[in-house]
Amino acid sequence: MALHAAIKGKLISVIGDEDTCVGFLLGGVGEINKNRHANFLVVDKNTAVSEIEDTFKRFLKRDDIDIILINQNIAEQIRHVIDSHTQPIPAVLEIPSKDHPYDASKDSILRRARGMFNPEDLVR
Amino acid sequence: MSGKDRLPIFPSRGAQMLMKSRLKGAQKGHSLLKKKADALQMRFRMILGKIIQTKTLMGEVMKEAAFSLAEAKFTTGEFNQVVLQNVTKAQIKIRTKKDNVAGVTLPVFESYQDGTDTYELAGLARGGQQLAKLKKNYQSAVKLLVELASLQTSFVTLDEVIKITNRRVNAIEHVIIPRIERTLAYIISELDELEREEFYRLKKIQDKKRIARAKSDAAKALLIAEGKMETEHAANNMLDEGDEDLLF
Repeated sequence: MALHAAIKGKLISVIGDEDTCVGFLLGGVGEINKNRHANFLVVDKNTAVSEIEDTFKRFLKRDDIDIILINQNIAEQIRHVIDSHTQPIPAVLEIPSKDHPYDASKDSILRRARGMFNPEDLVR
Repeated sequence: MSGKDRLPIFPSRGAQMLMKSRLKGAQKGHSLLKKKADALQMRFRMILGKIIQTKTLMGEVMKEAAFSLAEAKFTTGEFNQVVLQNVTKAQIKIRTKKDNVAGVTLPVFESYQDGTDTYELAGLARGGQQLAKLKKNYQSAVKLLVELASLQTSFVTLDEVIKITNRRVNAIEHVIIPRIERTLAYIISELDELEREEFYRLKKIQDKKRIARAKSDAAKALLIAEGKMETEHAANNMLDEGDEDLLF
């Protein structure tokens, strides 16, 4: 499986609101595998936090996914899971969503970087 | 860290030589590791700067992409469900390459096009141009995000490696080298002690010898004075006696 995936090239997965998902799917990152498991999750206001969490964990476990894109407002809901993921692969990227502007101070990676960089570099 | 903390070794010249070479080795290793840590740190700072730059850029690109999505929706009408239902195979995939910094392999992601566009016919009726623009925008966003992801992965990996290297540098500097130095000091002090002991013993032996000789001389002198022994004979005796004072 691992070897197979290595030859095939890895996927980008998306966890986000409807518009973000649609945008990236049009960009061509979407895939549904043989087991009918999609590599994206559309989160609306009815989606339970536990479902987001489970999906995120499932994405982490899949070895054909290298990058996980997640809307920052959704990342905020499952912050503890994201913070506990310390492996370099898959890389978890927080992206701004349409109605939530990007806030650098909440980003897991940039928060780790804060100790090493002076704060004015992070302010833009 | 008391003076007791040293390597369990018998104090001898051989052990001293061994410790000296180990100290040399530890110092060499320390300087090499320090260099490695510096190189990694330099790279790390560079990546951190790039991440911050790219994150700012990402905000703009995403904003533009979201805006073009709104534009496309305005002209084409609602197509969200169509897009979400028609997912089959990914068109953009990621390759991983390896980059080497001071013996640390960093993964570098690279996106590439694979297969045909699933949504080739989307927007055929109307709004095709807007959709094409939308696709292009999101593809460039994906490209940027892939770049950002590889930077971030390098960041996490380097962070880990730098921590390990610094730990090693500190361990060598503050634990291993002092311990070897203490062992060396201990060996030297023990060897000195041994030498002093030896010297004292030699002195003592010489002392004893002198006393014994004085006694026998006195006895001989007495005998000669009493006339019971020839002087020549005595001289012979004194020559014979030369065997004993072997010092070492």
